[in-house]
Order: sequence, then structure tokens, then C-alpha cells
Amino acid sequence: MNSEEKMLHDIGIADFVLTDLMLYLDTHPTDRNAMEYFNHYARIKTQMEREFSREYYPLRKDLAESNKEWRWGNAPLPWEGGCN
Amino acid sequence: MWSYEKRLQFPVNIKEPNAKLAQVIISQYGGPDGEMGASMRYLSQRYSMPFKEVAGLLTDIGTEELGHLEMVATIVHQLTRDLSMEEIEKSGFANYYVDHTIGVWPQAAGGVPFNACEFQVKGDIITDLHESMAAEQKARSTYDNILRLIKDPDVCEPIKFLRAREIVHYQRFGEALRIAQDHLNSRNFYAFNPGFDRCDSCET
Repeated sequence: MNSEEKMLHDIGIADFVLTDLMLYLDTHPTDRNAMEYFNHYARIKTQMEREFSREYYPLRKDLAESNKEWRWGNAPLPWEGGCN
Repeated sequence: MWSYEKRLQFPVNIKEPNAKLAQVIISQYGGPDGEMGASMRYLSQRYSMPFKEVAGLLTDIGTEELGHLEMVATIVHQLTRDLSMEEIEKSGFANYYVDHTIGVWPQAAGGVPFNACEFQVKGDIITDLHESMAAEQKARSTYDNILRLIKDPDVCEPIKFLRAREIVHYQRFGEALRIAQDHLNSRNFYAFNPGFDRCDSCET
């Protein structure tokens, strides 16, 4: 795994934690431990996405600021195995 | 509205094409218990769900299902993208190929096209939540059946991930049903449909 793949892998893990906790919190909206856990991973994911976007390509349109070349449109396609 | 993230929820990197397997797995794209029906079911049921925490859960699970739909499509695409004409003929893929080449189109393993009748929106919260719970179990059974047919670990891992998510969603929908029932009259949950009936004497 190169550093691009490693970073994408870690973003996937952080996002999975957020997705699973989101569903849990939807039905357990007063669980403070779960909320702390959620907040922690939300910060980590945002930070990693920004870094990934700077180094490689944007994963979301709000990280797609571009100058010479439209970075969003040139990003690899997930279904080709490029983005996971 | 929705916003797209340019990555899969779980990695899919399949090296070996396998048209036979693609024809089976496509059922989870557009088949009776597939991810297209799953996402459309929850995202459509939410409008007649009067309790916002449950409507929120339907939205969030429906959104995750869109990500699963993309994963299943990716598996089908990667299993078919490098097929030779000879493999297409030998594997029984010719019937699909003649209409769709190697594009991804929503159909069941048996060739039946996706149809909105694969899911229901009854507009009754107890009925709809039971339908959602049943749907998660039906999808889980389908993934169990698919797993018995797979030898390739590149295909197995994402399918195992999808199967595990069905179980989590089933659990969450069970909790949602309990939350919905907590809003209703415990002596008779069916006394009225809070998504439709308006009566002053009904407990809400």
C-alpha cells in the first residue's frame, strides 16, 4: 500500500466509524460517550480529507478548489478501483 | 439534497473477471431484495413518517444504501470489464451482453428488470417499519446465498461487509419501531395511523 492508498484506507475507516455511530445515535440520541466518540472521529476525518485533497485529489466538491486544472473532474473513479 | 464522496464505502479491487458470478451478484443491484429497492424504499417511506427521529434514520440508512448500490455496481463492473468474447459466450453472459454489452443495468439474477413493486410504501408507520426490517433480512439471506457461490477473496470481502451492514440496519430499524410505538397508545398500537388520521382524542 503506498501512502495515497494508506491515507484513503484510513479515511474509509474514520468514515465508517462515523456512519455506524450516526445510525446508533439516531436511535440513542442521549448517549454522551457515543457522541464524544463521534466528535473525535469527525475531527480526524475532516483533517485527513483536507490533507488528502491537498496531496492527491478532492473527495468532495467543497474540497475541489482548483487553479490550472479542474481537480474534481480529473479525480480517479471509485468503480475503477482508483479511489478506495 | 445529497452530496457525493468520490470513494467507495468499502474497497472493491477485483482482478479476475467472472461473468457467472456477475450474473448472480447483479441481483443485489436491481433484484427483488437488492440495494436499489432498499435505498428507494427507505428514502420513499420517510415522507409519511411523522416522528422525526425515525424519518431521520430512514434518510441515513437510505443514504448508506445508495453507497451499497455503488459498491454492488462496482463489483459487477469489475467482474465484467475485461471479459473476452469467448468468455461471454461460454459463461452464459451472452443474453445480458446482447442488450447491455458490459454496462451495469438493474435486473435480478434471473433477468427480471428492476420494478418499484420490489418494495412498498404503505404510508402506515408500523407496516412500513416491518417491511424495512424484513427487507434487511431478505438482503442478508441473499448475501448468504451469494457467499456460498464465491471462491475469490477479492469479491468475498466486500460482500461480507454488505452482509454485516444488513444486520446492523435490522437492529436500528427494530429500535426505530420501538421508538415509534413509544409515541403510540400502548393498549392498541393500531388504534390510528399517526401518518394519516387526525383525531383529537388519539394519543400522540
